[in-house]
Amino acid sequence: MVKYTLSRLLMLIPVLLGVTFLTFAIAQITPGDPVKLMLGPAATPEKVAQIREQLGFNDPFLVQYGRYAWNAAHLNLGKSIRGQTPVLREILARFPSTLELTLAAMLFAVVTGLIGGTIAATARARWVDSATMVTALVGLSIPSFWLAILLIIVFGINLKWISVTGGAGLKNLILPAFCLGIGTAAMLARLTRSSILEVVREDYVRTARAKGLGDRVVIVRHVLRNALIPVVTVIGLEFAGMLGGAVFIESVFARPGLGRFAVNAIAARDYPQVQGVVLFAATVYVLFNLAVDLLYGFLDPRIRYD
Amino acid sequence: MSLKENERLQSLVPDEHPMARDGQLRIVWRMLRRNPVGMFGLVGFVILLLVTLLAPVLAPYNPTRMDVQRLLEPPSKTHLWGTDDLGRDILSRVLWGGRESLRVAVIAILIALVGGLTLGVVSGYYGGLADNLIQRIVEIFLAFPSILLMLSIVAALGPSLGTVLIALGISFIPNGTRFVRGSVLATKNREYVTAARVVGASHARIMARHILPNILPPVIVYSTLGLGAAIMATAGLSYIGLGAQPPSPEWGAMLNYGRSYLRDAWWMSVFPGLGIFLAVLFINLLGDGLRDALDPRLRA
Repeated sequence: MVKYTLSRLLMLIPVLLGVTFLTFAIAQITPGDPVKLMLGPAATPEKVAQIREQLGFNDPFLVQYGRYAWNAAHLNLGKSIRGQTPVLREILARFPSTLELTLAAMLFAVVTGLIGGTIAATARARWVDSATMVTALVGLSIPSFWLAILLIIVFGINLKWISVTGGAGLKNLILPAFCLGIGTAAMLARLTRSSILEVVREDYVRTARAKGLGDRVVIVRHVLRNALIPVVTVIGLEFAGMLGGAVFIESVFARPGLGRFAVNAIAARDYPQVQGVVLFAATVYVLFNLAVDLLYGFLDPRIRYD
Repeated sequence: MSLKENERLQSLVPDEHPMARDGQLRIVWRMLRRNPVGMFGLVGFVILLLVTLLAPVLAPYNPTRMDVQRLLEPPSKTHLWGTDDLGRDILSRVLWGGRESLRVAVIAILIALVGGLTLGVVSGYYGGLADNLIQRIVEIFLAFPSILLMLSIVAALGPSLGTVLIALGISFIPNGTRFVRGSVLATKNREYVTAARVVGASHARIMARHILPNILPPVIVYSTLGLGAAIMATAGLSYIGLGAQPPSPEWGAMLNYGRSYLRDAWWMSVFPGLGIFLAVLFINLLGDGLRDALDPRLRA
């Protein structure tokens, strides 16, 4: 397990280097002069040229990238164009809101998805399986931002149970978490169902039944433990990916999270902020993937001995 | 071996595996026909496609026509899905908007298909350094949550439907490359490919005449499944103001526009969203049917 962990950690370095390189490279194709944006329309060409030289914008591409990567490694993501405030500070101020939303959405998705998928796979009545899968398909197909609008119309405007202008507290977390988590819940239900149906055909399950073990014991002790291995890895990946999906939900429910911050930054052409959010989220995503890889190795010994 | 003899031998090698291209597609169609869910999805999507393509004929009004006598009118006999704040018919705008949304999604998938096929075939066929380099680049792109990758491209190039198309296409290429590479790896050691190699067929000929036709059916299915995600992403980016801009009737842009009128005119947001939902639902149903049709256990 130690060797497996070390090898995964070593692979992290080139991936993170690649992530910083791509983030930096995309920024270079942005039209317009970032120094002119920073100084405003009243700046003279001489002033612009002076600041460009001072900030190193005239240096070769690789030198600028090296500086960017070095600063990023030291947790310096630059300053925003608009307020000249450190980008990382702004990101860290908003990250808790996104994390809270993502955790709540994931909790809903995991509980609903696993229970739904298990019921669909083990129900004797075929209509239960069909109904669960149809519901899952609808959940997978419904756009989260449209669902959010529908729920705001019903619960916010007509019933007035929630605030439509955003707000803190558990009451204002339920609907956003539901909308963000529904797609993942649907996907997990389908995956759990197909995983259980695969495992149920295995010889060791047949042996357990032949030994006279009850249905519940067979399902919990033999089927679920093995069926959930691939599901757990998907949960980890989905959690990290939800950080991106939160963009739409935060916009609809006016939550002060990273996604809304990124959208506002794009509208204001504040590229250091956009770059900072993308790099931060990508790093979290990579670290989560690593954690999932290690968890997978822990759950399934065959992986770490390969 | 003379050139003529070589050509004679090459003509004896079947261009495709007996089960390939036409055979595979025919089997997939036969299996899909027996799957009511998949057929429902196919028929539904075809109807939706036709309805949006025929928007110029079917739409009751011009989508930009303003009727100042009927501002924010709820659904009625004259305007089945109501009107917006400028008196424009919502049903007509949704029909016309479908053309925008579907067009962008289809072109984005085509970009991803061409990019994924090119990189995946080169990576899977040649292996070695080319494979290593391409796969490392793919891993870097896959290290980003796809929405954020699209956001950063849109941020760099400026919000517009064209930029969304490019961002979508680029963000779908890495997964497509991985999928195609897997298909190529499964195909390149088949007997008919080995036979072609033995008789001296060039790499380009092997890739074009033997590998590509045999990997196309699963790649097409994979691309079909991606269409739903592309429609959702196009609408989503337009919804947050980064895609189609007003007065475009694109579905996501209409949802964005309707946000300010949720209290007074719920129909401005509900019906465009219904278009997105139905399109994605039909594609997912079709995707399920195609997946079952390609599953060798179900075929047996």
